[in-house]
Amino acid sequence: MRRYTRLSGLEPLVLTPELLFVNVGERTNVTGSAQFKKLIKEERYDEAIDVARQQVENGAQIIDINMDEGLIDSEAAMTRFVNLISSEPDIARVPFMIDSSKWTVIEAGLRCLQGKGIVNSISMKEGEAQFLEYARKVQQYGAAAVVMAFDEQGQADTCARKVEICSRAYELLTRELDFPPEDIIFDPNIFAVATGIEEHNNYAVDFIEATRELKKRFPDCHISGGVSNVSFSFRGNDTVREAIHSVFLYHAIKAGMDMGIVNAGSLAIYDDLDPELRERVEDVVLNRREDSTERLLEIADNYRKKKGEAAVETIAWREIPVRERLSHALVHGIDQYVVEDTEEARQLSSRPLDVIEGPLMDGMNVVGDLFGAGKMFLPQVVKSARVMKKAVAYLLPFIEEEKLRTGDMGKNNGKIIMATVKGDVHDIGKNIVAVVLRCNNFEVIDLGVMVPAQKILEAAIAENADIIGLSGLITPSLEEMSQVAREMQRQNFHIPLMIGGATTSRAHTALKIEPHYKSPTVWVKDASRAVGVAQSLVSKDLVEEFIAKIRLEYADVRERHKDRGAGKQLVPLAKARAQRFTDDWEAYEPPVPKTPGITVFDDYDLAELRQYIDWLPFFNAWELAGKFPAILDDEIVGAQARELYADANRMLDTLIAERWLTAKGVIGFWPAANVGDDIEVYAVDAAPKAKPLATLRHLRQQVEKPADRPDFCLADFIAPKDSGVKDWVGGFAVTTGIGIEPHVARFEADHDDYSSIMLKALADRLAEAFAERLHERVRKEFWGYQPDETLANDDLIAEKYRGIRPAPGYPACPEHSEKATLFELLNATEHTTIELTESFAMHPTAAVSGWYFSHPQSQYFVVGKLSRDQVEDYAKRKGWSRDVAERWLAPYLGYEVE
Amino acid sequence: MSALPWLHPDRVALLEQALHQRILILDGGMGTMLQAHELDESSFRGDRFEHGHDGHAKADEGNAHEHADSCDLKGNNDLLTLTKPDIIRGVHTAYLEAGADLVETNTFNSTRVSQADYGLQHLAYELNLEGAKLARAACDDMTAKTPDKPRFVIGVLGPTSRTASLSPDVNDPGFRNVTFEELGENYTESANGLIDGGADVIMVETIFDTLNAKAALFALSELFHQRGARVPVMISGTITDRSGRTLSGQTAEAFYYSVAHARPLSVGFNCALGAEDLRPHVQTLASIAESYVSTHPNAGLPNAFGEYDESPEHMAGVIGGFARDGLLNLVGGCCGTTPAHIKAIAEAVRDCAPRVIPSAAHAEAA
Repeated sequence: MRRYTRLSGLEPLVLTPELLFVNVGERTNVTGSAQFKKLIKEERYDEAIDVARQQVENGAQIIDINMDEGLIDSEAAMTRFVNLISSEPDIARVPFMIDSSKWTVIEAGLRCLQGKGIVNSISMKEGEAQFLEYARKVQQYGAAAVVMAFDEQGQADTCARKVEICSRAYELLTRELDFPPEDIIFDPNIFAVATGIEEHNNYAVDFIEATRELKKRFPDCHISGGVSNVSFSFRGNDTVREAIHSVFLYHAIKAGMDMGIVNAGSLAIYDDLDPELRERVEDVVLNRREDSTERLLEIADNYRKKKGEAAVETIAWREIPVRERLSHALVHGIDQYVVEDTEEARQLSSRPLDVIEGPLMDGMNVVGDLFGAGKMFLPQVVKSARVMKKAVAYLLPFIEEEKLRTGDMGKNNGKIIMATVKGDVHDIGKNIVAVVLRCNNFEVIDLGVMVPAQKILEAAIAENADIIGLSGLITPSLEEMSQVAREMQRQNFHIPLMIGGATTSRAHTALKIEPHYKSPTVWVKDASRAVGVAQSLVSKDLVEEFIAKIRLEYADVRERHKDRGAGKQLVPLAKARAQRFTDDWEAYEPPVPKTPGITVFDDYDLAELRQYIDWLPFFNAWELAGKFPAILDDEIVGAQARELYADANRMLDTLIAERWLTAKGVIGFWPAANVGDDIEVYAVDAAPKAKPLATLRHLRQQVEKPADRPDFCLADFIAPKDSGVKDWVGGFAVTTGIGIEPHVARFEADHDDYSSIMLKALADRLAEAFAERLHERVRKEFWGYQPDETLANDDLIAEKYRGIRPAPGYPACPEHSEKATLFELLNATEHTTIELTESFAMHPTAAVSGWYFSHPQSQYFVVGKLSRDQVEDYAKRKGWSRDVAERWLAPYLGYEVE
Repeated sequence: MSALPWLHPDRVALLEQALHQRILILDGGMGTMLQAHELDESSFRGDRFEHGHDGHAKADEGNAHEHADSCDLKGNNDLLTLTKPDIIRGVHTAYLEAGADLVETNTFNSTRVSQADYGLQHLAYELNLEGAKLARAACDDMTAKTPDKPRFVIGVLGPTSRTASLSPDVNDPGFRNVTFEELGENYTESANGLIDGGADVIMVETIFDTLNAKAALFALSELFHQRGARVPVMISGTITDRSGRTLSGQTAEAFYYSVAHARPLSVGFNCALGAEDLRPHVQTLASIAESYVSTHPNAGLPNAFGEYDESPEHMAGVIGGFARDGLLNLVGGCCGTTPAHIKAIAEAVRDCAPRVIPSAAHAEAA
């Protein structure tokens, strides 16, 4: 079990991996901030408190406090300042980091902390015994500790020394003191680079590599450091310093650095850096060339901010269209022009609401993507949200006005309590939903973020609310929502519950929330659905039908998530077989393949396959729902869909041009005859009465149906052996995943999940497209029973052709081991390199294989649950024991195994 | 710290065993029971303090009893341990008979800083020592009658009348009228008395300022270190109103993270609110705590007369719900609760399984 560091101020801070990187505010440090030093020296504590407050407002999740200055009584200043900010709830909500090189000052700070803070730092510089004594005290005071890579010999500068010292400290702490590993935060020393001294050139790399190794050795521990040290040699040039911080953090975070002492208010965005500056900074940070310092110095002065220059920069982005200006302002957290830009956008829109749903939402989506990719940090997101809020606040009166103009003012639609649940601070989505609901005449009472269950329920009672809406972004919020539902039930609530937020889902709501609350519980996919759902819930006419539908849907989701369960009543196998699909075989003349036997496709043209991509599953994979291509113009997701589609096509261009992937496939056709539920397959040139090459075992539906509707089995689509009609069956295996690994690895090493997922998703789509294209050619050329078929891609996707290509493991032939037979018949591994794992999964994963049936009435169906008699029969046909059969068919058993 | 051996390993083993098996019952309110005796000033003073000073005090402790002359001792319930020991022991016995597995010593205010309000700071060690002895004797008597059900003494460390993280001066939020070190010295003295008097467990309770509790926990860890042996520690905070925070502003979750380093036997909430209002906070603890979870709520919120009037049946009904939902390991009552409440609660939770600690990391069980 992973153990998370659990800190607290007035509120908890659990360091889960979702946080990515914890910002420790550096401005309340007399050694790092001349301004703060002056305030403390002059005992201007009121202003010093404001410095602390600004950091928290700017997104610092912890604040570092340091009073180490010769002319200050550091112990007294530490005590006074910590006592003062402890009395400020908006500061004291975060944990404090007590920072000093003197133990007595640290102890003075710890004695004022009611929460669980962090000591910065202890080390082995005075030997192991002293180190352990301090660490024991840290434990007794109830704090976590920054352990500096410092020993009797001095501060570690090389990667090897950093790792060695930290590892020794870890051993001592955990062995001698039972110190919790999660309470250890290593500081492997960030030193200045580009100082002109050659030995310093590798300092950043040493830190990054030490971080990587330490995180590997001690995954429960954290890695932190004072980031501004790294750029010390460029002091006076903030633009270059911020660029160095940004580049350094970008690489250090990828290596596992998950905490840092930073100026939370001013972090540059990696992607935004001037490319030339970024490249030269990257050369310095990563020590990529001997002359990197000189090369950075060459251009550094160009970035030195002079008076008046900021205004020039500003004008540049003020020139672009308003839509992009809003996006720029959101991404950069600039609220200076947001009101005038919002006004301009409003005048261009037909409704004020369109500004929110359009450009503002688009901008926030960019912010979300950047944050997810580790290219933006929390403080910036906080600033973005602030810009968003300002814009929304400006629009609200217009939205109200529109409401007045267009409609009923008399009474509202209903009252909705909304809250981001306890433990979660994300409210952008919730705020947007609230705005949208308000626009549609709902009264929304927004309880804010981190709202405990009891507070939500009390508000609902006090306000006589019609609906409760819960929101959350991080995964633990899911469990909290389930808790709220339980509490609602326990306290006998009857009003509907709406669930929303990025990590919520229909499945989670159906499985983990709805069952706990007897009254309506509905998952709301996004802001656009919120109004419809809320209206249905408060409408006397609609609610019953709506809820009945939702309940059914959720029950279905639960059913599908159940591994097995008592399904519908199954008919005995004998009865199902009696109700099989038959044709007038005497009158049926099966088409003879034009190319009997095996045909191999080596290195198939990906550009051709590209035309056959079915984009719907692609957008589904990215959780964008909607038909293609309509989704590209969708009011809500259109922009996202277009961006995704554009990215996908860009990657397709590259992967085809640069031949990242190789497509290989094989098809085959053999004479075949139906015997019972089996298909016997013969060699193409087999003599009459020869033994079959293989026997394909199939499963039959056992559903109670009217007599005119058959219980299908794939074997039914082949002419029976005793009819004497010579029929054929086909098979195929294709892959487009050959060569994908190095590219996925490259993206993953780059922490570029977006591209790695994109590539995998595209490879999957290309494999499906390959199957589609080959099937088309099979019908037109290779089997050739529909030489004149002319279907558009949409019609292909809609399966408007004759014949099917069911895949082993899928509903019509759900038993995976049959894939082995298919592969033997096709000699597929040799021809395509696709291998089968012991559980018959295909590798590469971008692969498709299946059977071809040409009968005009052949169709896809779902075999569904199986009775024991069919399982026993199947076992006998496969030469298995019943146990083995039950194992392979486990998800389909319609009975309990003894 | 946790590597130290137990001071009474056999007692701890019995307690752990009982905690594995069932929900254990704590006792109820002491003050409520004493009110019923309608004691007057002279009863509080007893023989020892009848002349306005401590008849037992040595000459060099002069300052203390001079002050006691001018100060009423009525209301100093802890003093009854010395002046009316039979009454205190009677209350313990009444709770044991009602079904309590653990009784709390009458030492809520027996710290130097709290007794200073009565000029009796010199009694701090003695009050704790004698308080623990009284509870010990009551428990041992009861255990002798039913040896299969061992009873335990909880030595109580109260919050004191000061707060280390809040300023009493609205004009100077940086001011404090007590320091961490002073509180630590207070708690060390009191805890020594409790342990010397035979307490099985120490409970830091009714915590409205977590920093006070951290001073107590720090003092305990130092004291255990010096003694070379430790006793289990229970921690119980107080959510002061419906804001869901402690008086010093922490949420339940933040409170737990602030004290978890002590690797307590149990953590919980008591006092201030009735069981119903305490539930969400107990639930929070139950979902995160790597120790046992306790609660001893008041008998509802005080009515207009400052009395607690939630009936034993009602309170037991609510607590029964806690237990059925698997939130509890130890439960009892605080202000306003009586043996009748404890008896009803014991019956309500008897057939409920105790909460299972979510992680194997529970230090005390190791």
